[in-house]
Amino acid sequence: MRANVSFGEDSTVFPDATRPLVVSGLCKSFTSGRRPNKRRIRAVDDVSLDVPHRSVYGLIGANGSGKSTLIRVLSTLVLADSGTVEVFGHDVERESMRVRQLMNRVSADPSFFGQMSAIENLLFFGRVYGLAPGDVRRRSVEIMDRLGLSTQHQKGMVKELSRGQQQKIAVARAFLTSPVLMLLDEPTTGLDPRSKRDVQEFVREVQRDHDATIFLTTHDMAEAEALCDRIAFIAGGRIVAEGTPFELRSLVASGTDADVDDIDMEDVFMTLTGRSVEDDEEEEEVSVHG
Amino acid sequence: MAETAVSFTLPAQVRLGWAFVERQTNLWKRHWAWEVVWMVYGVVNTLAITFIAKELTDAGVVSGAAANDLLLFLLVGTLVWAYLSAVLDDVSLVITWERWEGTIEHTLMAPVPRVAQLIGTAVFGVLHALLRTSLIMVLSLPFFDISLGRAAWTSAFAILLVGSLSLIGLGILAGVLPMLYPERGEQMSFMIQALVLLISGVYYSVETLPGWLQVVSHISPATYLLRGVRSAMIDGASLGEVAGDLGALVVFAVVLVPLSIATFKAAERWAKRTGRLKRHG
Repeated sequence: MRANVSFGEDSTVFPDATRPLVVSGLCKSFTSGRRPNKRRIRAVDDVSLDVPHRSVYGLIGANGSGKSTLIRVLSTLVLADSGTVEVFGHDVERESMRVRQLMNRVSADPSFFGQMSAIENLLFFGRVYGLAPGDVRRRSVEIMDRLGLSTQHQKGMVKELSRGQQQKIAVARAFLTSPVLMLLDEPTTGLDPRSKRDVQEFVREVQRDHDATIFLTTHDMAEAEALCDRIAFIAGGRIVAEGTPFELRSLVASGTDADVDDIDMEDVFMTLTGRSVEDDEEEEEVSVHG
Repeated sequence: MAETAVSFTLPAQVRLGWAFVERQTNLWKRHWAWEVVWMVYGVVNTLAITFIAKELTDAGVVSGAAANDLLLFLLVGTLVWAYLSAVLDDVSLVITWERWEGTIEHTLMAPVPRVAQLIGTAVFGVLHALLRTSLIMVLSLPFFDISLGRAAWTSAFAILLVGSLSLIGLGILAGVLPMLYPERGEQMSFMIQALVLLISGVYYSVETLPGWLQVVSHISPATYLLRGVRSAMIDGASLGEVAGDLGALVVFAVVLVPLSIATFKAAERWAKRTGRLKRHG
């Protein structure tokens, strides 16, 4: 499985081939409720990130911390209030079609046409990315075989498959198009340990062997530490810390007598954000003028 | 902020649009039981309405050529309504269906020009409606002693073809509502269909309507579609004789199709601004 396009060959495809994802001062608020209880919720608050090329970059936060909104902005599904997002130098708002050609996404909810088979679903999603039907069939089977899905499951109706099997098909759908930027939004949430391991190994394999840069949101600390080259913590819509796993642990260790190796990412998250990643966050209400 | 366009060749757009035709066909095959339900409903509705004309004939209220004309008037009305509502359903549910299945975000983040998606969905809608309506007609005709000797099939098909384009435009406009109003948009789409049924002269001529509704009937493309098909099937009107209705339908198509696609894009942008693209149900 190779990327459709190579870096450096076409400057119009990659105006900035070395910076897969650059987020600058991104803000997004939503209106919630109805009059007279209408209020503005700030979901993403001045977020800036620079994801290194060919890395796995983790974004860790509790439910309601702004992870999914940020992923939706990156996916061209939500428009930001202010700030910019560039994918390989392409602005996600002004050049959304170009950006969509370069990325794909796995969401926590697999989301398929339940009455259709895995192959039929992948055939559709592959074709809307411009792939030939024969290529889609061949690559779908390759990826699903690699993820341990039997032929029977590949041909059965998606709604009759387990959640773990559906999530593997979601992973296959995303990697089918050979994206050079992959957004993984809690891809292993709710999976059994075996399925979780299969997906994580596949992500590691893609990261090791192919051109993809991976942006991963999770609240699974072990997963983040195992997969990610760099990690950012998000709380209340803001990035509160960013660095390699070792740098983040060192940051916390520096304020205590503990050895860096004795500090795990859960400790780091609690120290830097003041809350557990398992706690749902209250959405922050803001006053918005204009 | 203005979008910088990525150009897609026409063959590429056709291929992308055809992916939606294939997907809808796969879904249609999987939901065959519902197709049977709608087919039975369509046949029963056609028979139930057209038997009214038979009763009036048997009671001597109408006779001779007038009886045949009345049978054809109601038969054409029910068949065109079956066709029209099938097209409107298939096109206007483009967003609702994706919300039900939960695939809306994945479909909308695919690098597909919206025009290819909408036209692909509409092409399936027209083919599906043609097949369903043809079957309803074949199953209904044996129940009545109808003479189609004067029918001008070329004129009828021309009206249906051009009329379908304006129906596609109307369907896309109705499909915008579920994007703007995730919880009530589907019901609002059906209300548009109901309004079209009332004002377009499906089961009666528009002259039967109160004066102000007759004025409103002019803004429904279905009014011209029904009148044109009836002229062709009942009076044997030539292409020249249905040119007025054909012209009106061309104008509707030229205005409604680009307008509906532009409106859809604007609604999508608004939905992205307000975070309304998530799945429901």
